[in-house]
Amino acid sequence: MTLTAPRAGTTHPATADEPRPGSARRRIRLPFNAWHLLLAPLALVFALPLVWLLLSSVMSDAEINRFPPALWPSGIDLGGYRYVLGNALFPRWFLNSLIVSAVAVAANLLFGSLGGYAFARMRFAGSKVLLVLMLATMAVPFQLTMIPTFLVMKRLGLIDTLGALIVPSLVTPFAVFLLRQFFLSLPRELEEAAWMDGCSRLRVLFTIVLPLSRPALSTVAVLTFLTTWNDLTWPLIAINHDTQYTLQLGLTTFQGQHHTRWSAVMAGNVLTVLPVLLAFLGAQKSFIRSLTSTGLKG
Amino acid sequence: MPHHPAPLTVADPPGRPVTTPGGTAQEPETGRRRWRAASLRQAHRREASTAWAFVSPAVLIILGLSVLPVVWSLLLSFQANDLVTPSRWVGLDNYRALAADPHFSQAIRNTLLYTALFVPLSLVGGLALALALNRRIRLVGAYRTLIFVPFVVSATAQGVLFSFILDPEFGVANSMLSRMGLSAQGFLTDPGQALAVLVAITLWSGTGFCVVVYLAALQDVPQSLIEAARLDGAGRRHVLRHVTLPALAPVTVFLVLWQTIQSLQVFDLVYVTTKGGPLGSTTVIVYFIWEQAFKSFTAGYGAAAAYVLAVALGLVGVVARIVRGRTHTEGAVR
Repeated sequence: MTLTAPRAGTTHPATADEPRPGSARRRIRLPFNAWHLLLAPLALVFALPLVWLLLSSVMSDAEINRFPPALWPSGIDLGGYRYVLGNALFPRWFLNSLIVSAVAVAANLLFGSLGGYAFARMRFAGSKVLLVLMLATMAVPFQLTMIPTFLVMKRLGLIDTLGALIVPSLVTPFAVFLLRQFFLSLPRELEEAAWMDGCSRLRVLFTIVLPLSRPALSTVAVLTFLTTWNDLTWPLIAINHDTQYTLQLGLTTFQGQHHTRWSAVMAGNVLTVLPVLLAFLGAQKSFIRSLTSTGLKG
Repeated sequence: MPHHPAPLTVADPPGRPVTTPGGTAQEPETGRRRWRAASLRQAHRREASTAWAFVSPAVLIILGLSVLPVVWSLLLSFQANDLVTPSRWVGLDNYRALAADPHFSQAIRNTLLYTALFVPLSLVGGLALALALNRRIRLVGAYRTLIFVPFVVSATAQGVLFSFILDPEFGVANSMLSRMGLSAQGFLTDPGQALAVLVAITLWSGTGFCVVVYLAALQDVPQSLIEAARLDGAGRRHVLRHVTLPALAPVTVFLVLWQTIQSLQVFDLVYVTTKGGPLGSTTVIVYFIWEQAFKSFTAGYGAAAAYVLAVALGLVGVVARIVRGRTHTEGAVR
């Protein structure tokens, strides 16, 4: 459970363990570093709402509806989870979200790699114009395109199907550009040797370039998963029928309809948050690297 | 997908000419040379068609669902459109109506207030936390994780969770307040508080991003600079003020830009918690756009509002670019 640890010597070695300036005069030796007194409560404040989420999801209806509310469940009551999973639609929403996110991740990796490779290594008429155009679209806010995108999807007959959610997220300029930048940083010589041996471009990409590009691919996968799984705006616009809801959309309507059954709502909420939380805790390092690299390399 | 606000350079070295087996060495016989030139041209053509095949999915989606909609939106903003029947040309009427619409100006005011609160607080908080977390003590990894974790929680989940915590009657927040002898609050149901509460929720989830970016930037502050300053007798406060903070300037510009763009576009949290209420106190621009286009079915009007937002975002980007250029030329470390 650790974030990317800083390299040694981030803080001055001599100063790191001193107590804070205010207490410098009297030098009370604490059995632990004084910074813990500040950091532990702060970390707790950030964690508290999520702890409360988990606790309330295992409370009984009686406990949760009591006033003042119970602060600690007397036992683990899985009634909320049973209610949510027994609800015919909730597992469906989970599956819908999973399908949309999985397809989006796979498609972004594939189309992003193909496009990124062509822009990085191949010469073709119009490549410069296309690249500039693609970069420009990164600055276009979604709100500007959402109304026409709705009309396009409607014309394609995809509104109210998962297709409407999948098609716009198949490939993003971000994926293409990020992978292009990464491919440019790889040495050419490896590819050229294979190219000389008569390998096709596709084969070079899949057998030589992509295995070397794991960091960039994981960045694309992680950020694509996070944004598609967590999105609410577009599903809200594109989907009306409750069998096609994603989890986020389902959760808001579920809350609206069952606000007296808070333990069930919170159980649903836990199930909504859990996949991203697990993905984050499992791949924390690459997650943080993804965020900071996209943020800092501009 | 996160839209990348940072200006990215296209001025990368163009790909070297494709090497073909044999190269273009001098050939003694003209016939052979001609044959070679023809095969080279053929290889180029094959190469170009492969490249087009590679980029076509990306180009199709991005042109079709980004470039085309940008133009379409502009046309829509000059039309009356209900998403169903054919639209009617109305010229600048939508923009004129926007200028006179008290709901739109309220949405702008709310959005600006939200941004003015969220951006500085998340940056200052993020920087303070990053400086506190930038030390090698036990458990620091766990602290970082806990502070960052809310960032991955979707706005929907945040909204549902905090509607529960902040429920004026049954919520745990008010019961805590009453236990401490304080009076109960309306939170999201109080027009005077709702927007500030939304800012607080977003600070809970969004500060972690600033922390992570600042922590990464702190790793890049040259250690030699800090040591040199300390050898010259600079105290810790001086090192912070004259070495560390100037080195963080470019990252700060990036974060201001990023967080501003995020907060001008806030929507999901508002939709889940307050639906723009109470009394329109949390109607932000994107909520206004969504309401016009997909609830009242006045899509042309919504498109005009979206164009106003897009132009505002574009201006933010341009200003950030100018400031960024200045911080770079002033010899900041990055």
